[in-house]
Amino acid sequence: MSRLELRHVRKAFGGLDVLADISLSVGAGEFVSILGPSGAGKSTLFQLLTGAEHGAGEMFFDGAPLDDHGRHFAFMPQRDALMPWRRIIDNTTLGLEVQGVGRKAARARVAPLFAEFGLVGFERHFPAQLSGGMRQRAALLRTVVQERDMLLLDEPFGALDALTRAALQRWLEQMWRHHRWTALLITHDVREALYLSDRIYVLSARPARIVREIKVPLPRPRDPTAAAAPLASALEAEILDILLNPQPFKGHDDD
Amino acid sequence: MLASSSTRPRRVAGFLAKSAPAVISVGLLLVTWELYANHSGIKPTILPAPSRVLEQAILNRGALIDNAIPTIRATLLGFACSLSAAFVFSVLVDFFQPLRRALFPVFIVSQTLPLVAIAPLVVLWFGFGLAPKILLVALVTFFPMLVALVQGYEATEAEIGQMLRAMGAGRWRVFVLARLPSALPYFFAGLRISITYAVVGAIFAEYAGAAKGLGIYMLNAKNNFRPDLVLAAVAVSAVLTLVLFGLTVLLQRIAMPWERVGREPSGKGRRG
Ligand SMILES: Nc1ncnc2c1ncn2[C@@H]1O[C@H](COP(=O)(O)OP(=O)(O)O)[C@@H](O)[C@H]1O
Ligand SMILES: [Mg+2]
Repeated sequence: MSRLELRHVRKAFGGLDVLADISLSVGAGEFVSILGPSGAGKSTLFQLLTGAEHGAGEMFFDGAPLDDHGRHFAFMPQRDALMPWRRIIDNTTLGLEVQGVGRKAARARVAPLFAEFGLVGFERHFPAQLSGGMRQRAALLRTVVQERDMLLLDEPFGALDALTRAALQRWLEQMWRHHRWTALLITHDVREALYLSDRIYVLSARPARIVREIKVPLPRPRDPTAAAAPLASALEAEILDILLNPQPFKGHDDD
Repeated sequence: MLASSSTRPRRVAGFLAKSAPAVISVGLLLVTWELYANHSGIKPTILPAPSRVLEQAILNRGALIDNAIPTIRATLLGFACSLSAAFVFSVLVDFFQPLRRALFPVFIVSQTLPLVAIAPLVVLWFGFGLAPKILLVALVTFFPMLVALVQGYEATEAEIGQMLRAMGAGRWRVFVLARLPSALPYFFAGLRISITYAVVGAIFAEYAGAAKGLGIYMLNAKNNFRPDLVLAAVAVSAVLTLVLFGLTVLLQRIAMPWERVGREPSGKGRRG
């Protein structure tokens, strides 16, 4: 049963076609990635989902048209979007505060999660005092604690160094196995998509359309060292081939 | 508390090291002036030496303080009015963009009015009381503060706004939670500049007509051929400006504690 379903979603900014034709679905408890080159329009898709922008086409959540945008998604923007003036604890309770949860109750709800997110002892720190990896974990904590139906993660590890990114990918995979969030992840990192996802939608360059849907039948817990395993590397090669050798599209292409 | 007692001497030393260039340049200026005034043969009634200015300032300290108080009052009251008005208008402009196009040309024109011409008129219309001073201080500080605030709101990270909207926040929540705090650095930058304008504005207003105040004191001293007293009053206004400037810096440190921690990471921070 799919929770989120998009049918022929399109979006243009002025004369610039950004999303040409996006149809996809995300099932309950499924981890799905959208993989595409930079500038393809991935973040724009999240803007449509969160209601920041309006496009053409149909969007459904649990079968109902997606109109009240605030309700279903916990959104983590591309940059961590931590507020520099709020201490980590107050950054993580932001979503609850907006929902109207009292300050004390909100803190009580996030406090037990600090251990799991590796942030114990940093509750009273300001974001500027944290490393990039910790900031991303704090941003993720702020996102999941909202307990929405679905997570929208926009390149959560894009700005990190390779080592930190690998560590956080392992950590997120492990977290996901415990919590089974329904999640849609945007990334331009093929291995990240393979490592974390149940399914991957591969996007073309702008104007974006879905050029391939790939199931990732790798067993969980995912073994990071098995990245070189035959199936994983076959999938990686397949995706890279799609991304690097785009088929000429026979539709209305301006360039 | 052990930590603070051991870092204090280092902080004091740091402060002295930082202020040394300023002290040296001002000191050199005063020494040059002193030597020139004493050895050039120019009469002290034309160019008094700094030592004489200081001496006369001390002698006339009663009158100087007496005249400084109305100036301080006019500066602070005028600036408070201007700040409140700038804040209200900045919020209005942020919420209703068309207002910006309607109001900004008027405000920009208000900035081009020459104070020399306007000050006597304002005094003519509003008398020798506090009102014309407040008006003139507001005239010179309102627009810089408005621009600082509006620019500050616009410096809000787009992602933060989008995230708050997705959380379900309305425009007002987004303003209070994100736009207002984002504007703080701009606000304080504007505050530091405007507070110096405010003192100048108040003195100008008094110069154009007042019962008491540093401005009218300067005018009277000039008319009595006492440049030493004019300069003594100038020195008082300079000290006043510096103190107010220092207060804004202090206020910023108190209002924005995250600014400091970012630069000097505490022991526990900065690990991955
Ligand atoms: N609000 C906007 N107005 C105009 N153009 C936009 C806007 N948002 C995004 N774009 C354009 O859409 C394209 C896709 O951007 P984006 O969705 O951020 O790409 P991605 O996240 O895949 O890197 C870019 O060319 C960008 O300039
Ligand atoms: Mg993006």
